[in-house]
Order: sequence, then structure tokens, then C-alpha cells
Amino acid sequence: MSQQPVRFFLPCDSAAISLGADEVAQAMTTAAAADGVRVEIVRTGSRGMHWLEPLLEFECEGVRHGIGPVNPDDAASILRAVVSGKLDLPNAIGPVEEVPFFARQQRLIFSRCGVIDPVSHHQYVDHGGYEGLACALTKTPQEICDIVLNSGLRGRGGAGFPAGIKWKTVADAVDDQKYIVVNADEGDSGTFADRMIMEGDPFLLLEGMIIAGLATGATTGFIYLRSEYPIAAEILSRAIATAYDHGMLGADVKGSGKRFDVEVFIGAGAYICGEETSLLNSLEGKRGEVRAKPPIPALEGLFGKPTLVHNVISLCSVPGILQMGAAAYRNVGVGKSTGTMPFQLAGNVKYGGLFEAGFGVTLGELVNDIGGGVRVGSGVRAVQIGGPLGAYLPPKLFDLPMDYEKMLAAGAGVGHGGIVVFGDDVDLLEQARYAFEFCAEESCGKCTPCRIGAVRGVEVMDRWRAGDDPAAQRELIEDLCEVMVDGSLCAMGGMTPIPVQSAIKHFPEDFVPPAAKRDAAE
Amino acid sequence: MESANPSIKDLLAPYVGATGGLLSSLRAVNDALGHLPPETEEIAAEVFNLSRAEIKGVISFYADFRRTPPTGPTVRLCVAEACQAAGGRQVERELKAAYSEADISAFGGGTSGDVDQAACAIDYRPVYCLGLCSVAPAALVGDRLVGRANLERIKTCLAAAGEKTR
Ligand SMILES: Cc1cc2nc3c(=O)[nH]c(=O)nc-3n(C[C@H](O)[C@H](O)[C@H](O)COP(=O)(O)O)c2cc1C
Ligand code: SF4
Ligand code: FES
Repeated sequence: MSQQPVRFFLPCDSAAISLGADEVAQAMTTAAAADGVRVEIVRTGSRGMHWLEPLLEFECEGVRHGIGPVNPDDAASILRAVVSGKLDLPNAIGPVEEVPFFARQQRLIFSRCGVIDPVSHHQYVDHGGYEGLACALTKTPQEICDIVLNSGLRGRGGAGFPAGIKWKTVADAVDDQKYIVVNADEGDSGTFADRMIMEGDPFLLLEGMIIAGLATGATTGFIYLRSEYPIAAEILSRAIATAYDHGMLGADVKGSGKRFDVEVFIGAGAYICGEETSLLNSLEGKRGEVRAKPPIPALEGLFGKPTLVHNVISLCSVPGILQMGAAAYRNVGVGKSTGTMPFQLAGNVKYGGLFEAGFGVTLGELVNDIGGGVRVGSGVRAVQIGGPLGAYLPPKLFDLPMDYEKMLAAGAGVGHGGIVVFGDDVDLLEQARYAFEFCAEESCGKCTPCRIGAVRGVEVMDRWRAGDDPAAQRELIEDLCEVMVDGSLCAMGGMTPIPVQSAIKHFPEDFVPPAAKRDAAE
Repeated sequence: MESANPSIKDLLAPYVGATGGLLSSLRAVNDALGHLPPETEEIAAEVFNLSRAEIKGVISFYADFRRTPPTGPTVRLCVAEACQAAGGRQVERELKAAYSEADISAFGGGTSGDVDQAACAIDYRPVYCLGLCSVAPAALVGDRLVGRANLERIKTCLAAAGEKTR
């Protein structure tokens, strides 16, 4: 019992846990005790290959090999196979980083995710952590803002606004108190990149926040985290405590004499709180109603103070930008869509998970080549990209590149990078109806077109489905969408027409009522 | 009921003065008691020095705050798009069918037999995305995350949760 323990790596990521990772850990420990073998199970983030979860890894001559998905019942045989070196297991996948899904990625943000213990300060540092911060500490606030601006980084929360412009606005605002607020509300269906990085490499987010603080003069940061992410909440809290212990947060960040404090705030179940001004109201303890802009949060945000609100992934991109430099970062991606994006493959997809790549990769490459098409059924019929306010697109548009401008021109958006794949069983009328239903459910209630219009939309869709004068319903929907676009304060009401109208446009056959379909067949 | 008052006050008090304290304090009560009893409004108004209308406005805005106690172990099934794409609507239908039946046999009186107690009444609430969209459909049963959810897996988790509380 005195030799080195056999070391395994197993994710503590929510997706892995939802498929039994904790039971696997338990079973491995039990099997080891029965065999009298010493094992150490390091809980890591996920590699993002979720069809392989729970993915158990071990080291073999310095290379991480994987077995997955692991069933807890197989723990004893896995342990024996690894200890004896005879890896004739059906679910052994060999070197993890050679799996094509993984090898084809360009991991600037997720480089440590799935590799290290997420709350180990030393492992973070050993794997290049805090190098971006070290670089930032040698620069003036103005220089940091310039690097971010020149990198071309755009907000990853959905709107794609140039980050550097926001940084400069907050930096130039004169006030005794400024804030960094992280938008970790990640409400879009089909997205989980924020969750994965917070569960798998939380120090990266803290590092991005600290750099943003140095650049803008903000000394306090809040992470507004949705309540649906309890595991992320726990890991973040442990990471923050560890960062304080190592002097990376607090009165003297990394011995620089500069202060930066971070707190986690848990939301209370409202999609609209992902909208930045609603989020700020919620963070102030109020109803999450959307505020009219101007004033913009960069000038009058939290408690009326200059506030830099950023998505998790935007801030997590920053340490890498400082490390590699603005020009090198700008070389990744295409046109005005620079750098990498963690694309998230979800829904009815064979190889679901997270794929980080430079912008420019096409929808078809992501869905078919990388995602492997549908998991169930005969083929992909539709995808929705960019969350519940995103467009439904058919396979004939799969040549579209992931590029903010090109997507916009096609009536779609990159959003937060989520791609939901639908098979041949999808009914686009039902999906359009759902878009209204979701808007009605989650509207903050401030604008009539959004609050009432969405409810009307559901009713009209029901009549359309029933075959009650479809031409009239189509016209009503068109009018309704126009009113929502024109009369909504924020994108909740303003963009709900996108899924609805894209569904009608690209899948007209689903909007032919059953009676008419029957007549046509006769 | 009276005796619950001091504890609500104790739960709220630590958050006075904290950023967004009202929301965090209501969460603390909701977590501890499973819901926000009606008197929470009045007590919170006093503790935070706000009007009852303001407190009511906050409580009614957020889906997490419940006005009534849960009727059984909670099952939250994701009903958002990625889960719809992966058969979530079917799981929802099956869940509702299975549990309304169990309810009737358990509470409709007179039905004999070995109705699984853990399956008698669940507190079902839909949720919009659990961040498990790549392993959809997703559910949260008690505090257990369930990927690739189906009725079988949900039932197993409910049984396990029942074991724990017994
Ligand atoms: C209805 C609605 C929901 C939103 N939800 C989110 C969200 O969950 N996460 C997020 O980062 N941004 C969300 N946004 C975008 C934010 O308003 C804001 O643009 C973003 O936080 C800015 O950060 P970024 O520049 O890093 O993208 C949402 C916007 C709207 C209109
Ligand atoms: S569009 Fe809807 S969600 Fe946005 S401010 Fe208006 S009512 Fe609120
Ligand atoms: S859409 Fe169901 S978990 Fe995200």
C-alpha cells in the first residue's frame, strides 16, 4: 500500500454529474478498497465531449487516456484493466486529446477545462494561469483598454458589441466607485459554455475580472449567477475563497497594491434578468424590470455608478488576449468576428458538447461533421442558433459561416454560440408558438407589445394550427411581429419575431393546416 | 403559524445592507421553508424598511419564489428548445400521466394495493434550461441533476430521494 496511488481524473461538471459521475467516483473508491489499491480521483471540469460522459481519464506515460461513458457497475474491471495495463475495454477511447472532436478545436479559453482541478491555485498557475494578469500589471489602464479594443473582441453574451469601446467608456468615466458585473445568467436554451468554464476553470473568470478592474478603475466585481447552476455556485465560491487566500483578490492583488473584490450573487429564476439592465435591477434586490437606455450601464449602471457588464466568456477571453497580444488574437477568426467562440451543440445531436473554434467555421461543419448529425431519427431538419430569440434555419443554409455580420445578413445571429439541432420529428409551427409562449412567460411586463402581444401570438398560432382561416392568421402574425419589433424596449419583445418569422419563412410546409394538407393529398 | 414569525425574521435579518440583500434574504427563507409563507411580505417590509407593495412586487417577479409549500418531492423538467428537440415533450406527457394516476389512486380513497409512496405526489414545475442541453432532456429531481431524462430515470431518483427522507 505504500506505492504511488493510481490517479484518475473525473469531471465534477454538471453534465457529467447528471449522467452519473458521482456514482462512478464512489464505485471506483469502493473497488479500490476491495482490491487494496490506492487510488486518487481528481475531480476536473469537463472536456466538453458530453456523449462520452462520465469520462474517466488516467495518465499513461504522461498522456491522458480516457474511458467513457463509464457505468459505475464496471468500476472493478476498469480499475483492474488500468492497474494491469491491459486496456481491452470496449469503451476505452485512447488518448483523449486525439479524439477528432477534441483535436479539431482551437482552445484559447477552454485550454485548462477538463485538465486541472478547478479550484487548485497551483495547478492553475502551472498551466499558464495569471500570465495575462501579470502582463496587465505592467501596463497602464489606457494600454489595457487599447489591447482589448485592438483585439477586436466582441461581447459573447449575444449582442456582439465591441468590448474595447465599453472598457474605454467605463475607464474614462470619473467616479468614486465603479463596478465590474459578470453576466452569468446564461438563460439561452442550448448554451452551457458559461457554466462549463465556471465549473471547470473558475480562476480564468476571476483573472478576466481583475484585468477589467485594472483597466477601468473598478475595484468591486459581482458575478450574477442564475439559480439553476448550483454546482457552478459552489465551485465559484471555493475558487474565490482560494483566490483571496493566495492574495489574488483583496487589498493587494498579486502584490500590486491594487484592490479588487469579488462576490457571487444568485438570481431567482427569470430569463429577462440576463438582459443587462434588468440584471442590474435584480442585483440591487429589485424586480428585474428592463431600464430604458440611455443612460447606458457603462456610465450609469449598478446603483447609478459606471459599470462594465460582460458575459462570462467575454471576460474569460481577456487573459488570453493579453498573453498572446491583440494582433495574434485578431488573426484568429474572420473579418470583424475575431478570436474563438465556444460553440455549443445541443438538442437532438449525436456528438453533443462544447467545441471551441475560431469564427468562420460553417454551420454545416459544426452540425454534421463535428456534431455527427442527429442522435435519433433520419436526419437534421432544422437548427435554432443563438437561443430562444434566435432563428430557425434549414440544412440548405448550412454553408453559412459563424460570423456576426454574415449571420445578421441571413436574418440570424451568433448569439451566445448555442446550436440546437432538431430532427425530422420537429414541428416548426409548434416551435413558433413556443417562441411566443416563452416570451409571454418571461416578459418583464413593461411594454404592451411584448407582454400582451406574445399572449396574442400563442392564440393566433393555435387558430392557425386548427386551420381557422390560415391566411388571416398569417397576416395577424405579420402585424403582431411588426408591432413587437417597433414597440419593445429590449430584445425580448423585439427579437421574439425572429424565431417565429424564420420558421414561417424556411418551413412553410409546417404552417399548412392539417385540413389543407389532407385536401392537397386527395 | 405565529411561531414561524421569528424564524422568518432571523432568516431575513443577516441580509440587511448587503448588495441585493432583499433577493438573497427571500431566497434564504424560500430555501429553508420550501416556500414564502404569506406573513413573509409583512416581515420583510419591516426588516428592509420598504412598503409591502414593493416586497410583493419582488416576490411575484421571480419564478423561484413559491407562495405555497411543495406538494411532494420536486421534479423540474426542462421544457426549453434543446430538450424539446430531444424528446422532452414526450417525457413531460409521460410524467404527468404517471403521476396524476398515482395521485388518484393514493388520494381518491379506497384503492387498494401497493402504491409506491414516493410516487404518490410530486411537485412538478417546468424549468427553462438547466444548462444540460447537450445531454437533453434534462431534469432536476430534488437536488439531483438528471441528463438524458426519461420516466424511468426520474422514478429511480424519486425512489432514492424517498429513501433518504425516510
Ligand atoms: C432578453 C435578453 C436576455 C439576455 N440574456 C443574456 C444572458 O443570459 N447572458 C449574457 O451574457 N447576456 C445576455 N443578454 C445580453 C445582455 O443584455 C448584454 O448585452 C451582455 O451581458 C453584455 O455583455 P457582453 O458585451 O460581454 O456580451 C441578454 C439580452 C436580452 C435582451
Ligand atoms: S420588450 Fe418585453 S422584456 Fe423587454 S422591456 Fe419590454 S416588456 Fe420587458
Ligand atoms: S434546454 Fe433543457 S437543459 Fe438547456
